[in-house]
Amino acid sequence: MTETPDYPRPLPRLRGFAADFYAYCRQHELRFQRCADCGRWRHVPRDMCAACGSFDWEWARSSGKGTLFSWTTTMQPMMPQFADLVPYSPVVVELEEGVRMLSWLVDVDADDFALGLPVEVVFDDVTPDVTLPKFRRAG
Amino acid sequence: MHSLKDQACIVGVGETDYTRGSGKTDLALMLEASVNAIRDAGLRPHDVDGVIPPPLPSTAEHFAANLGVEDLRYAVTVHMGGASPVTSLQSAAMAIACGVAHTVLVPLGWNGYSGMRVRNLGGRKKGDGGPPPGSGAPGALATTIGEYYLPYGANVPVQWYAWLATRHRELYGTPEEALGTVAVTSRRHAQRNDKAYMQGRPLSMEDYLNARWVSKPFRLFDCCLETDGAAAVVLTSAERARDLEHDPVYVSGIAEGHPYPADDIPARPDPFTIGLSFATPNALRMADVDLEDVDFAEIYDCFTYVVLLQMEALGLCGRGEVGDYARGDRFALSGELPLNTHGGLHSEAHVWGMNHIVEATRQLRHDAGERQVEDARLGLVTGWGDFGDGSLAILRR
Repeated sequence: MTETPDYPRPLPRLRGFAADFYAYCRQHELRFQRCADCGRWRHVPRDMCAACGSFDWEWARSSGKGTLFSWTTTMQPMMPQFADLVPYSPVVVELEEGVRMLSWLVDVDADDFALGLPVEVVFDDVTPDVTLPKFRRAG
Repeated sequence: MHSLKDQACIVGVGETDYTRGSGKTDLALMLEASVNAIRDAGLRPHDVDGVIPPPLPSTAEHFAANLGVEDLRYAVTVHMGGASPVTSLQSAAMAIACGVAHTVLVPLGWNGYSGMRVRNLGGRKKGDGGPPPGSGAPGALATTIGEYYLPYGANVPVQWYAWLATRHRELYGTPEEALGTVAVTSRRHAQRNDKAYMQGRPLSMEDYLNARWVSKPFRLFDCCLETDGAAAVVLTSAERARDLEHDPVYVSGIAEGHPYPADDIPARPDPFTIGLSFATPNALRMADVDLEDVDFAEIYDCFTYVVLLQMEALGLCGRGEVGDYARGDRFALSGELPLNTHGGLHSEAHVWGMNHIVEATRQLRHDAGERQVEDARLGLVTGWGDFGDGSLAILRR
């Protein structure tokens, strides 16, 4: 996938496991791989469970609830496709299930970021084909 | 079991000028540095029988063809980004210790300013029909970056490592002056180095703190240089090294390490356990030395905080203590642990830390001129690359 006239930013390529991950996002479901044998959750997606060696897994639905683990606030555009958004903050969110992922917070000013800030997933349908999971402050 | 301790020596070092606008290809730069290193050793180009080029398009066969190496006995490449040069010393030492090769060349060079720039890693220009997202990134990282980082505008190292720096600051209160100390120290040492790109351009703590933001908590001078240039080293057996031009510099301890998992930073159970955390005990045990025995440290300085992170991983101070450890003049040339004595990637040049190995060799030959650390006998060099791959070399005279 590449950017479209309506959404001029890079999109995931949707190859392999990423096609499945983002297909669930398009249905507004945040799902991660969970080992069918030992129950360990994992992200980024992989062929095997590193804990028990199993090749069997399912796309298990996450509660979408988590906390803020870390962040950066980008002040200088690294790619022209993001220049109009500067400053913006790629953050790391830790989900209740234990996995962590990169995302954005949609409604929190960077000055209010704090470790452990409770957040929950929201879905941003950026194109007809791609939905990006993002997070907002949880009540 | 066979130990690599003191089996191989660095016998030649060479560099090009460090510039912005070399007008040469990456390969031409590396060949120039290679020939300089081979001459420095008192050897001839076709004496080389092993080549360990970096993970860039030029292969060992390009080097052999240009240098006139008719019988290339060993060729391998280490895929650890900026940690590749130090890790390559390990591969060279193994090949030499086993008799697979006798004289191994380790070159590193690129047009880091006028060619592919790190700030564009994983990205592409708008509408240029260029390569797909993530394709500029090295192997194991390409999928993670392309599918999961790039859609959120996180395509370059200054952003990835900032996640570590932010969390460290929030947990341990690490002051911004600790990061600044790394930048200011490197710049001060560069003033004694004619080859340093930043010679003649001093930097104060005030300058550091007043510089513009790049990606918080990193400011402009938290980031290393982007330069064109190359450096190379030549290694051979300890036995043969004694008959060559210079005092041999022994590879006394050497080890590589990889963070877990290596292909995704957010997923790490402990984000501050990095490749160097695993490499350190192995390299120190091999060399049979303690950190207190080390006379100087050349620590891979792509970003200031990455130096602090490695100091904790090395065990120079405890977890969360580097803010206090970095106070005072500890890292000065006359201090307790002189740091990046040539100016490092921050103030000399960014050649993936190959210049750290060259500098350590010069220090141990007592050939570092105005910046010589008095009676330097033992030095350490770290490598850092990709998402935190690491390596550690303990070198001695």
